[in-house]
Amino acid sequence: MGILEVKNVGKRFGGLQALGDVNLSVAENSVHAIIGPNGAGKSTLLNCLVGKLIPDTGSVMFDGQSVLGRLPHEINQMGISRVFQTPEIFGDLTVLENMMIPCFAQRDGAFGLNAIADMMKDREIVDRALDMLDEMNMLDKREMHAASLSRGDKRRLEIGMCLSQRPRLLLLDEPTAGMARADTNNTIDLLKQIKDERDITIAIIEHDMHVVFSLAERITVLAQGTPLVEDTPDKIKGHPKVREAYLGEAA
Amino acid sequence: MLGLSKKDLNLLFIVFVLTMCAPFILNPFPEGSAMAQFNAGYPDLMQRFVIFGIFAIGFNILFGLTGYLSFGHAAFLGVGSYSAVWMFKLLSMNVIPAIVLSVMVAGLFSVLIGYISLRRSGIYFSILTLAFAQMSFALAYSVLTPVTGGETGLQLALNDPRILDGAASSAGNIPVPGLFGLEMRDSTFLRLGDWVFTFNVGYYFSAVIMLLSFYLAIRIFRSPFGMMLRAIKSNQQRMNYTGLNPKPYTLAAFVISGMYAGLAGGLMAAMDPLAGAERMFWTASGEVVLMTILGGVGTLIGPVLGAGLIKYMENIISKINSEILHGWFAFMPDGIEDFMVAIVYPFIGKGWHLTLGIVFMLVVIFLPGGLVEGGQRIARMFRRKKTTQDNTPGTTEPAE
Ligand SMILES: Nc1ncnc2c1ncn2[C@@H]1O[C@H](COP(=O)(O)OP(=O)(O)O)[C@@H](O)[C@H]1O
Ligand SMILES: [Mg+2]
Repeated sequence: MGILEVKNVGKRFGGLQALGDVNLSVAENSVHAIIGPNGAGKSTLLNCLVGKLIPDTGSVMFDGQSVLGRLPHEINQMGISRVFQTPEIFGDLTVLENMMIPCFAQRDGAFGLNAIADMMKDREIVDRALDMLDEMNMLDKREMHAASLSRGDKRRLEIGMCLSQRPRLLLLDEPTAGMARADTNNTIDLLKQIKDERDITIAIIEHDMHVVFSLAERITVLAQGTPLVEDTPDKIKGHPKVREAYLGEAA
Repeated sequence: MLGLSKKDLNLLFIVFVLTMCAPFILNPFPEGSAMAQFNAGYPDLMQRFVIFGIFAIGFNILFGLTGYLSFGHAAFLGVGSYSAVWMFKLLSMNVIPAIVLSVMVAGLFSVLIGYISLRRSGIYFSILTLAFAQMSFALAYSVLTPVTGGETGLQLALNDPRILDGAASSAGNIPVPGLFGLEMRDSTFLRLGDWVFTFNVGYYFSAVIMLLSFYLAIRIFRSPFGMMLRAIKSNQQRMNYTGLNPKPYTLAAFVISGMYAGLAGGLMAAMDPLAGAERMFWTASGEVVLMTILGGVGTLIGPVLGAGLIKYMENIISKINSEILHGWFAFMPDGIEDFMVAIVYPFIGKGWHLTLGIVFMLVVIFLPGGLVEGGQRIARMFRRKKTTQDNTPGTTEPAE
């Protein structure tokens, strides 16, 4: 039994069957990559996992509990954090504040009416946020407005925000899309480090095969809303159906 | 001190000095001089400055921090006024229970309106709040006449029960609101040469409450709760996927700002114990939006400045008439004098709305951050040379 069990999930947008009949099992503390051509339904699948979309059919279980019917913040509080395809951060807030918010959320829950205390005097939260910024190599940018960060930094910040919640499952949607080579390599190193240091399960959607093959322990290939194959990276590389459907065009 | 950073403490101190010295600051011109009509240091107007300051400070907690634009906040002001007058009628002329009830009733009322309106965001939220406020206005104006006094408004009467101070009020006059014997309308005058300064009990009472409200607003702005409200404005999606539920946060902000409005309404009734439905009319809701934008949305001091500016214009510019204008331009040759008067005339008296409109447009176009941004630009011009030395890397919060 994996920590995440997706069974027979289907999702239709009007006439478009975005997800057919998806079955997916992600083992605890593994890195599981989901690859597939554009429009294959990868982001839609993630949306069904975090409560952004409700699948038409099927079930999604996280750690033995159903995710369906819960609100996004409840699902997050179960231990699932998500990095979006386009960075979702608090642009008007400083980098430090961006990092403090998930720390508050993790410690104090979905709502807290703490309207009198000075947030900067909450040493536990501030220190945790600073530590995470340090880990992300962004300590010097802590007073900047998050909106003025470079794309790569925004992504790092978002990953850091998700990690500071100490999630059990981290979902990454094309974390290196639009990044320069150097930034991509930094991100790979960062993710490797996270995976080695923490008890965390990572599900990653990625276009860049270099990233996929340097991180993933298992790979699911999705095409037109249905999983084509699921196997180890070595097997996937040589799989004829995959080469035809996907790698052929990406290589 | 007071749990505030040095910067915030300075700001609070400035506001403290300004409000305490307002009778002097607002009366710069000697009595009887041509400029005396620009004096704003009389009790009525000074009370309005601080009371609308409270209203705008509270409104800004909702609009400035979360970005939810309520177009119905005057409803809470009106509810606060009615509650206070009822308290004067039934319980006592002491302003404390009246104001406490105003805040509580406005709070309950805003839980209801907020809970429903906050099911939508953006323009739909604004329209819902507007609809609720107009419904409240209609109720107060006609349907609920027994409770609200309808068209004539709710007033005190000689035979009101006033159970706590029954014996004291048997003198034959309708008693006035007070604070343990101090009547709100009492004033002391200070004559210095040609200058007359008025120190009014009601003003100082309201000013102290405004300072407390302002202090509380600073604490809210700097708290984790305040940061969450800014996070809602910035990115609700990220908020949701960070395990935070934006709904109770926005509702709490809505209720807090509704309670501020109720407090302002209660104080208005404490200064002048009557309440009318027009206090809930949609233009009154729009006015607090203007105040906040004019002063600087999301800043601490901005709403107070905006409230002051609008109330000043409403009360001072509207009193200028064509005779006064002729007086000003009398030194010019006759033809030019008439010409000048003709040009300026549309902007004064009843035309003060025109002046307000122009000021508002100029501010929004050239100073999108409101008066506070104007102040910051001026301060920057003076400070440009010595910025490098005292640029301490403190916390980056919205400007004061
Ligand atoms: N909210 C939506 N409404 C309608 N169609 C959608 C929506 N989200 C995704 N789609 C469609 O579903 C298909 C799968 O999209 P997506 O999951 O984003 O693909 P990808 O694998 O590139 O992430 C695409 O054809 C897309 O246009
Ligand atoms: Mg996608």
